[in-house]
Amino acid sequence: MLLLVLLLVPLVGAALVAPIKEQTTAKWVAVAVSVVELALVVITWFAYSVPAAQNGARFQLEFAVDWIPAFGTRFALGIDGFALVMLAITAVLVPIVMAFSWAEKLPEGRTQSGFYALVLATQGLLVGVFAATDVFLFYVFFEAMLVPMYFLIGRFGGPRRQYAAVKFFLYSLLGGLIMLASVIGLFVVSGRELGQGTFTWVELQTMAASLPESTQIWLFLGFFVAFAIKAPLVPFHTWLPDAGAEAPVGAGVLLVGILDKVGTFGFLRYCLPLFPLASQKLAPLVLTLAVIGILYGGLLAVGQTDMKRFVAYTSIAHFGFIALGIFAFSTQAFSGSVLYMVNHGVSTGMLFIVVGLVIARGGSRLVGDYGGVHKVAPLLAGAFLVAGLSSLALPGTNSFVSEFLVLLGSFPRQPVYTILATVGIIIAALYVLWMYQRTMQGPLRGSAVLAALGGGRGDGPGTMIDPAVAAERGATGFPDLSKREIGVLTPLIVLILVLGFFPGPVLDVINPTAAATMTEVGLADPVGGVSR
Amino acid sequence: MTPVLLAQAPAGAITAPPIAYGAIAPVLIVLGGACIAVLVEAFLPRHQRWPVQVALSLVVLAAAGITLGVYAGGSPAALTTLGDALSVDNPTLFLWGTLLLLGLGSILLIADRSVEPGGAFIPTPASRAASGGGGTTVTGGGGDDVDRDYGEPGSAPTMQTEVFPFALFALGGMMVFVSANDLLTMFIALEVLSLPLYLMCGLARRRRLLSQEAAVKYFLLGAFASAFFLYGLALLYGYAGSVKLSAIADAAAGSDRSDALLFGGLALLVVGLLFKGSVGPFHAWTPDVYQGAPTPVTAFMAACTKVAAFGAISRVLFVAFDTTRWEWRGVLWAVAIVSMVIGAVLGLTQTDIKRMIAYSSIAHAGFLLLGSMSITEQGVSGTLFYLIAYGFTTLAVFGVISLVRDSDGEASHLSQWAGLAKRSPLLAGVMSFLLLALAGIPLTSGFTAKFAIFAAALDDGMAPLVIIALVASAVAAFFYLRVIVLMYFNEPAPDGPTVTVPGAFTTAAITLGVLVTLLLGIVPSLALGMASGGPFSG
Repeated sequence: MLLLVLLLVPLVGAALVAPIKEQTTAKWVAVAVSVVELALVVITWFAYSVPAAQNGARFQLEFAVDWIPAFGTRFALGIDGFALVMLAITAVLVPIVMAFSWAEKLPEGRTQSGFYALVLATQGLLVGVFAATDVFLFYVFFEAMLVPMYFLIGRFGGPRRQYAAVKFFLYSLLGGLIMLASVIGLFVVSGRELGQGTFTWVELQTMAASLPESTQIWLFLGFFVAFAIKAPLVPFHTWLPDAGAEAPVGAGVLLVGILDKVGTFGFLRYCLPLFPLASQKLAPLVLTLAVIGILYGGLLAVGQTDMKRFVAYTSIAHFGFIALGIFAFSTQAFSGSVLYMVNHGVSTGMLFIVVGLVIARGGSRLVGDYGGVHKVAPLLAGAFLVAGLSSLALPGTNSFVSEFLVLLGSFPRQPVYTILATVGIIIAALYVLWMYQRTMQGPLRGSAVLAALGGGRGDGPGTMIDPAVAAERGATGFPDLSKREIGVLTPLIVLILVLGFFPGPVLDVINPTAAATMTEVGLADPVGGVSR
Repeated sequence: MTPVLLAQAPAGAITAPPIAYGAIAPVLIVLGGACIAVLVEAFLPRHQRWPVQVALSLVVLAAAGITLGVYAGGSPAALTTLGDALSVDNPTLFLWGTLLLLGLGSILLIADRSVEPGGAFIPTPASRAASGGGGTTVTGGGGDDVDRDYGEPGSAPTMQTEVFPFALFALGGMMVFVSANDLLTMFIALEVLSLPLYLMCGLARRRRLLSQEAAVKYFLLGAFASAFFLYGLALLYGYAGSVKLSAIADAAAGSDRSDALLFGGLALLVVGLLFKGSVGPFHAWTPDVYQGAPTPVTAFMAACTKVAAFGAISRVLFVAFDTTRWEWRGVLWAVAIVSMVIGAVLGLTQTDIKRMIAYSSIAHAGFLLLGSMSITEQGVSGTLFYLIAYGFTTLAVFGVISLVRDSDGEASHLSQWAGLAKRSPLLAGVMSFLLLALAGIPLTSGFTAKFAIFAAALDDGMAPLVIIALVASAVAAFFYLRVIVLMYFNEPAPDGPTVTVPGAFTTAAITLGVLVTLLLGIVPSLALGMASGGPFSG
């Protein structure tokens, strides 16, 4: 029941917020709903029993009613450790996104209430995606999730929002439909194997071991393509930079921070346990794509001239690490990957927000239009640095733990891929630090910064503008973080540090499920199990 | 035809076959109602006709629905009646119910007089002139006063009410069509349903040339299709010595007769049927007729004709050609692929929303053919479910289209839909929901229906076809999406169309369509349960 409430609260909230005419009221109602959801997730966190998971309870807090008997589908919800941490990060990010978007400048004719309602709808459907334990139900949420995100990008995004929204929708829909072929196939195959077609995950999993490898490969590919588009892995990634760059910042945080994790979550929940033989057989292919993603995504990030596209490409590199950990088949790597999913949500979410704050001040997305921001907005530059360092996995930040776990867990089975992936860490340092240096450090320069400060064409690089001159030129200024913005960023910084030093509580939740997944894959753990 | 009938008749006295009145009561009520409607048209004064016709049609449909409900409520066994001419089995009952409901929706759209003052129908320019309206062939650009003054001088604009008996006759024909147990009955039903439709296409009040062109095109091509059907029927009779579906199946099962007759006959017969179902490559009439016909009639054709045609195709394939499925399936594979590809790809290039929905219906016909080809219980129930889902969505789509108007009648050019969400958020929301249903997004009936059909097809060994169908769905999604993009993300044109406030009838029809689309998406169990009550029997 708790999960059902968790699912319904944001959806009902969205329906309530959408028609409110008074914009401030709408925003407060939306924030209230998201805070209630966060409180419910906290309750869920404590209701989830780690010892029970260790003793073999695959799902907890289950709720199920028959839905469409003719298709053997049930409206079945339940969570394991992976789903729980994803629910948690979703619930944490949504209020932050809302607080961030409070004063967001929307395209003409759009209302805040519409934006907040769509954010809540996305959240509700995400809860459904993570909590579904019925493959059909999962598919339903997986596809339905596209619709609010499509409107978020297409209605509230940047200048090329239409193109980006349609590209996002079509890519995802194509992936989804290919997955539908596999979902139907799974149903038909289960009808033959079990005597009665079913979509219940647990029942399908029992059949996994006996499925012939060739069948598994076909079904695996359908799921894989959908998840690889969503995640995105490299040949399927081209929608993300467009969608990420054109999406309004708040939606972008949800998109990169959570929505894309559905892909990697899907690998772990559906591809591996349901098609273990195929997963092992095709692991080299996926690992190759993952490593290409780490290196290629990193190099492209170095070369970006648009800050939002930059964040999107860093994410592609990070998703490579997550996929590497998933297809390396060890409990440590699994745990590392899931922790990485959480951490990436925090650190990339923060990076996206900081970049959004910079863009809101300068009015340009181009890297070359900024320089020396540190001089006028030290707190903003500091936040940029924290987010960037977390993104490059500096020890002491959250990402270090997960990246280290992934590499540690992957090495015993896949030394070559792991060594290649390690190069990605160096590239990460390059793109983050170089970006920081170009935009934040040095003398004040760049047309966006200078224009905001009231500079004219005649003022050379490094000029400090006389305040009187600036006022005369009608400068908007390049203010440092406001109180609200500090409030938005503080919880993220706290999370980055806390998860960097004390990842234990989260790992405790993840580990039993990682062990269970390992059993379902049917391989022995190469390094003897997870440790704290 | 007479010799055929004579050959069937026993020598000596003809005894009247027993008739299960309870089972076929809905058909009798609809056809009887149609006859009364003709009398109403003949004897009542003009100003009384509209209210009487509307009330009569609604009462007839309700009565037929109640009789059907009462009969089906007793979960009767499948039976054939009228000398094996009609087969009343579970799919028949389901299709009858679907047809009656969709017919109800269509009649509501047809009856509406508030959207287009005086209703969307007019018989001929001559009669308009005769009744004091003046003007001759007014195409599109005709002045408003000329268009709206139709009727008695000094009275409110009235509408041509022949359309109600036409609709009832067509509906009765469709109901017989889906239950026909022999090919001759099927042919007669085909004519009964087609002839009124040809006429109804030409009744548009506005854009008369387009409407009449559509009617002529539909009539000529429809006549060809009927001829094909009849020729196929003749060949099959030559092969099996009977026009009964089950007799053809028996003959095909164990015989060394020439297959040329069987497959020649099947091919011609199926061409006739596929034409009615607007399956590519026999779709050429669809875009023109959908565009030219008055929108309420288009809704009626798109929803009900599709149901009738696929009901009949499924029945013929299931009952008569079950045993030979491996021989004909390859050809129908090709037809299904062609239909899906034509619908999805040509739909991308359309600039008129009615033509776009027409191409969408061609793509959907391809999906439906997948279900019809699966000769399994799952295939039958999937097809039936798809028909009800698709029918209601399309009905509502055309209902919405009829509301977006400018001074020149309906604004069906896509560019005129730009920014509609700003002017009329509710209408844009409803339309988006319906388009997403057509695209097959989960939580709409379109998804559940696609799932049902594809699962059946996959189970019956048509995996490649399912993959192609899914890719076609993805392509088709693009043009549905384009409309949503236009409505939501574009700025409205300064002289764009207005959204008419719909009258009670149109509102009811659209609400019905949207509700069914939503309900079948979220709780499809009820309809699925009824659809899977049993396969065709003959």
